[in-house]
Amino acid sequence: MSRLKLENISKNFGAIQALSGVSLEVAPGEVLGLMGDNGAGKSTLVKIIAGNFPASSGEIRIDDRSTHFNKPLDAQTAGVEIVYQDLALCNNLTAASNVFLGREAMRRFGPFRMLDYPTMNRRAADLFKQLKSETRARDVVRRMSGGQRQAVAIARTLLSEPKIVLMDEPTAAISVRQVAEVLDLIRRLRDRGISVIIISHRMPDVFGVADRIAVMRRGRLVASKATATSSPEEVTGLITGAIEAA
Amino acid sequence: MTSLDDLIGRTEHNSLFARLTSVPVFWVILAALVACIALTLLTDTFATQRNLFNVLRNFTFVAIIAIGMTVVIASGGIDLSVGSTVVLSAMVLSVLMTGGWSFAFAAIAALTAALAVGAFNGALIAYAGMPPFVVTLGTLSGARSLAMVLSDNKMIWEFGPDHNLLLWLGGGSTLGLPHPTFALALLAIAASLILRWTRWGQYVYAIGGNEQAAILTGIAVKRQKVTIYMFSAFTAGITGILMTGWLGSVTTNLGQSMELAVIAAAVIGGANLAGGEGTPLGAVLGALLIEVIRNSLILLGISTFWQGMFIGTFIIVAVAFDRFRNART
Repeated sequence: MSRLKLENISKNFGAIQALSGVSLEVAPGEVLGLMGDNGAGKSTLVKIIAGNFPASSGEIRIDDRSTHFNKPLDAQTAGVEIVYQDLALCNNLTAASNVFLGREAMRRFGPFRMLDYPTMNRRAADLFKQLKSETRARDVVRRMSGGQRQAVAIARTLLSEPKIVLMDEPTAAISVRQVAEVLDLIRRLRDRGISVIIISHRMPDVFGVADRIAVMRRGRLVASKATATSSPEEVTGLITGAIEAA
Repeated sequence: MTSLDDLIGRTEHNSLFARLTSVPVFWVILAALVACIALTLLTDTFATQRNLFNVLRNFTFVAIIAIGMTVVIASGGIDLSVGSTVVLSAMVLSVLMTGGWSFAFAAIAALTAALAVGAFNGALIAYAGMPPFVVTLGTLSGARSLAMVLSDNKMIWEFGPDHNLLLWLGGGSTLGLPHPTFALALLAIAASLILRWTRWGQYVYAIGGNEQAAILTGIAVKRQKVTIYMFSAFTAGITGILMTGWLGSVTTNLGQSMELAVIAAAVIGGANLAGGEGTPLGAVLGALLIEVIRNSLILLGISTFWQGMFIGTFIIVAVAFDRFRNART
């Protein structure tokens, strides 16, 4: 069974063919590293999966059911969550508030509905514990390390029990120690049976955490193979075009 | 024995002092207290009932609008049009009351006019994506002009059948407290509760902190922004009505350059012009502190020409202090 199945996805913006005939499968609990040079179509593909815009042709199947996303919310309801490269966090709010932003827990107080801070703090703390991250739910995000911020952004995706988490450059621009922390977070997601797709330029990180590597070049998928059967040299060749396909 | 979870769960601030000083308005309260104590000792006129009554009434109007301004600033915006909204609201009220309409009807019309200014500001800022500074600079000019057209630029001092009610509402006092102060207290409490305990309040800070993130999480940012500017216009509208009653007459220069005093109060009270920070309590205390400084200069016999210098210094010191505090943490 496949968690996510893309069949012949194409996308053109006017005369520009951004994606042509991409077919890809991701199993439950599988980590897929999506690699490729700038302009290879990685972001376009991820945006189609996340519902930012529809594909020109082709089909997306989640758990073998055909889906059609018109807006990001459709994808979210179908179990697809995305962690943006800049994490999209509010520095002035607490970790718990960020996790619940846009879907706050409320409780009744007479005729009023008020924010339920105790519940939000407790559930956020619970999520951080599951991720084994030393992140305090009540702390303001401004004072957090890069790894803790990632944990907040990832905890936000877990709130809705997602099936697929897309991560855009999760290890760019953070320190070596924090990279290890983030890769651990990704493994925790995998352990929960969530499929993870990581876009990354950083070869060692992808080889460190991905079960399978997909390489894109000029809008086409040129390889999709198990990490164990590939090598950084081969992937580099595939990205640049020195190796035609694998 | 403490487990690792306990350690993680513990907040960073342990001592009472550290916790106190981390409250943004702590230093404003301290400064206001020090000033009040010093004045009580230095002069025998400050701590008189009459003087305190005056201080209370004078700062109230700026403080009411500073609450609205704080919400706008916390959302990352600015509203320069509040002073003109004050005069527009006051003029709509006065012209209608002079024309024989009841206070209730005129007040509703005045608030509607104010809310319309806010909605106009908010719509241009949110939906047309125009910078708040420019849009509200435009309405700063436009709303006052509208007030002039409405009143033919004449002073109004007779308010028809409900004349006495209006004067009682704005100028009277109950239990030794001027009536506008009750309005201020009510508004400050309501705004504090709304900002802290509702989604609307949470989203004000979210938009001010990272507008893009707020949009990505599905918050209706545009609609929210319109309501934020309507809220600040609402506080200006209320002030216009109360000021009319207090002064007993209206001219078209009412509330002129009031926006500057209001922004100063909000900033001294801890509102961050970069967005994401600010509390109604801080705004009220900021306004109070400005009035105490002004009052003390008069009582100490220092030339009023120095007022601007003192208040200006305070604004800069307050912001510098805030930067210093944030740089340390």
